[in-house]
Amino acid sequence: MAEFEPKIVAFMCNWCSYAGGDLAGTSRLQYPPNARIIRLMCTARLDPAFVLKAFAEGADGVLVAGCHIGDCHYVSGNLKAEKRVEMLKKLLPELGIEPERLMLRWISAAEGERFANTMKEFIARIKKLGPSPLSASAGV
Amino acid sequence: MAENKEKGEKGTNREEKEEPRIGVYVCHCGINIAGVVDVKDVAEYASKLKNVVVSRDYKYMCSDPGQQLIKDDIKEHKLNRIVVAACSPRMHEPTFRRALEEAGLNPFLFEQANIREHDSWVHMKQPKEATEKAKDLTRMAVARARRLEPQQKPKVKVEKAALVIGGGVAGIQSALDLADMGFKVYLVEKTPSLGGKMAQLDKTFPTMDCSACILTPKMVDAARHENIEIITYAEVEEVDGYIGNFKVKIRKRAKQVLEDKCTGCGLCAEACPVEVPNEFDQGLGVRKAIYVPFPQAVPLVYTIDDEACLGCGMCEAVCGPEAIDYDQKDEILELEVGTIIVATGFDQFDATRKPEYGYGRYENVITGLEFERLVNASGPTGGKLLRPSDGKEPHRIGFILCVGSRDAKVGNPYCSRVCCMYSIKNARLYKEKHPEAEVYIFYMDIRAYGKGYEEFYRQAQEEYGIKFIRGRPGEIVEDPKTKNLLVRVEDTLLGLPLEVELDLVVLAAGMEPARDSDKVQRLLRLSRSADGFFSEAHPKLRPVDTLTDGIYLAGTCQGPKDIPDTVAQASAAAARAAIPMAQGEVETEPIVAFVRKELCIGCRICERTCDFGVITMVDRKAQVNEAICKGCGACAAACPTGAMQIRHFTDEQIYAMIEAALHDETVEGGREEVKTEA
Repeated sequence: MAEFEPKIVAFMCNWCSYAGGDLAGTSRLQYPPNARIIRLMCTARLDPAFVLKAFAEGADGVLVAGCHIGDCHYVSGNLKAEKRVEMLKKLLPELGIEPERLMLRWISAAEGERFANTMKEFIARIKKLGPSPLSASAGV
Repeated sequence: MAENKEKGEKGTNREEKEEPRIGVYVCHCGINIAGVVDVKDVAEYASKLKNVVVSRDYKYMCSDPGQQLIKDDIKEHKLNRIVVAACSPRMHEPTFRRALEEAGLNPFLFEQANIREHDSWVHMKQPKEATEKAKDLTRMAVARARRLEPQQKPKVKVEKAALVIGGGVAGIQSALDLADMGFKVYLVEKTPSLGGKMAQLDKTFPTMDCSACILTPKMVDAARHENIEIITYAEVEEVDGYIGNFKVKIRKRAKQVLEDKCTGCGLCAEACPVEVPNEFDQGLGVRKAIYVPFPQAVPLVYTIDDEACLGCGMCEAVCGPEAIDYDQKDEILELEVGTIIVATGFDQFDATRKPEYGYGRYENVITGLEFERLVNASGPTGGKLLRPSDGKEPHRIGFILCVGSRDAKVGNPYCSRVCCMYSIKNARLYKEKHPEAEVYIFYMDIRAYGKGYEEFYRQAQEEYGIKFIRGRPGEIVEDPKTKNLLVRVEDTLLGLPLEVELDLVVLAAGMEPARDSDKVQRLLRLSRSADGFFSEAHPKLRPVDTLTDGIYLAGTCQGPKDIPDTVAQASAAAARAAIPMAQGEVETEPIVAFVRKELCIGCRICERTCDFGVITMVDRKAQVNEAICKGCGACAAACPTGAMQIRHFTDEQIYAMIEAALHDETVEGGREEVKTEA
């Protein structure tokens, strides 16, 4: 049987993390291709329902990345995202989803390497966890 | 290329007036994408997605013929949505939006899938997976495109006034250029005088012009210019608004001297009994509690240092024009400007962070900036370089380069770009006055990259007899009796350890981001690069813009640079800032919040979530002030009913992308899978 390839949905802010991903690209930093990025202007836009929707649709992991604390283009949007992710981490186990399947990371526009390493780290983590209980690849 | 016949499916989204007719364009980007991703396969795949009428691949979509392809298809196939799978939207979104506009389509009916930076460049060895990812990203873009709605870019008037933050040579140059173009300029400086770091320097490389002699005329020009208002001893406290209409609050600290009355005669300072270290002389000399930082200060107005002042009244007693006002309070100025130039400069690396060199412990170890003050005629020693320990002229001097630069241990892997040259300059200066002196430069590499710099360096070697030793000293040990310094270094050209006894060591401390960069960053919402300096919008094509429209960078706040580069960049920033002001109006992003009134239950959660006071309640329904909304989306994420939305980032658009990310094809309104041939 082929190795489990997790499906990952990533929500990233336009100003820092998405741009960090662009820099990883221009720097040709290689990382596994499992994530599909959805660009938001700010992680403040991350409705907790988006994360639940992603899991409900079969994501094995959800990555949220925004500007470092203090660097937010909208001053405090990332703080709001942080709170919402904390809340979600408490909620997910109630739905039978390990909270480790959700990760929040601050990645600046200058941190291409951190972006690539985050991808590697998160994808490896989800591979270890195996398919999400809600994921179609679990054979549900 | 694949073209579909018209797809007669009926739109299921009740909000859409017309059935989406989507054109998909997959870019090869030469071999940047096509070398990894099977672009033909992606285009073929996209042609089978719902609502896709045309799907093509092309060598360079951003080229003229590439854009023309889109424009022609819009007309021929009556396309009303465009998806380009190519580079990052941060690169070419504006290009394609313009193409749509030229074809008569609203520019917001465009979506870009990033299959280069986020795909072909990062999965170079996995062409199969990269192609699958490109299909997924394209499908997500198509899913979002179906839900896109036209948006109008609001036009705003641009105030024909600029704020320049920082009164060093960069700020002065930007201010003068803008003022000459006819714009009003507010030039704000934190210290009591314009001048910045350049005013502290003695001579400048490679021409050996006296720094003050070339700078002070510019300071005076700025002061005399009818369009420039100089605000010194002042700091920006608040910046609100956006390009065209920034509202700025400035705290002008009380000098306790009336600017319009002070004649700069200096009698007050003569009378003042309090002496404190003078910052302008790097603390080596003294100034009074009432002072100007240096004799050519602009404006030539004395300032009372509130912390040092005893309140004895001596200055007031001698002041003829009655300029002293102990009761003067800080003033808050409120300005409206169209553009802002950040020219906040750098700070010198704190050499105590290299304890092996003994700075701060050994009296005869000084920094480059201290050397500048000690050889300067207006400096604390009247221009005579004397050893701090005994006041004698040193015979053996060593300059150590790369102190706090190119040094990962202190967290500064970057080159400060000026230290090689200013150290060679200082070595030459000393040799000119003291031909018999022994002068050493300890270096890793000599970076003499500028016009005339290499020649200047050669002369230092060949004509001045300055000894260049290639090696980074491991440590300096002081002889406690003589206070002489023993420099231990490996000469990496000879491969030999050396010990050199010196009378004075000058550390070429590098440039670091100004200490108050955090504050400036937050005020203006700037971003910073890994080295801590402010980042430009694009390293090559937009080197003086920031990612915040209407805010520009000049000088060393963006990264280490010498005076010629600083002045060039300052003029560039002025030219860039002048564009919106000359145009008189700019288009702004329509990405702001809006309310679906029928869904709003008046719970006020959005109002509490918003940090910008954008939302008010009218008739128990939320109302958005679009002019001040920044579009972060915090309110929309918090809204429990979906009433609060962000234009161009609606819930439906994002949900559509989530579904498309995880399913090969989704039918709107249902969860039914549609089979596609790969």
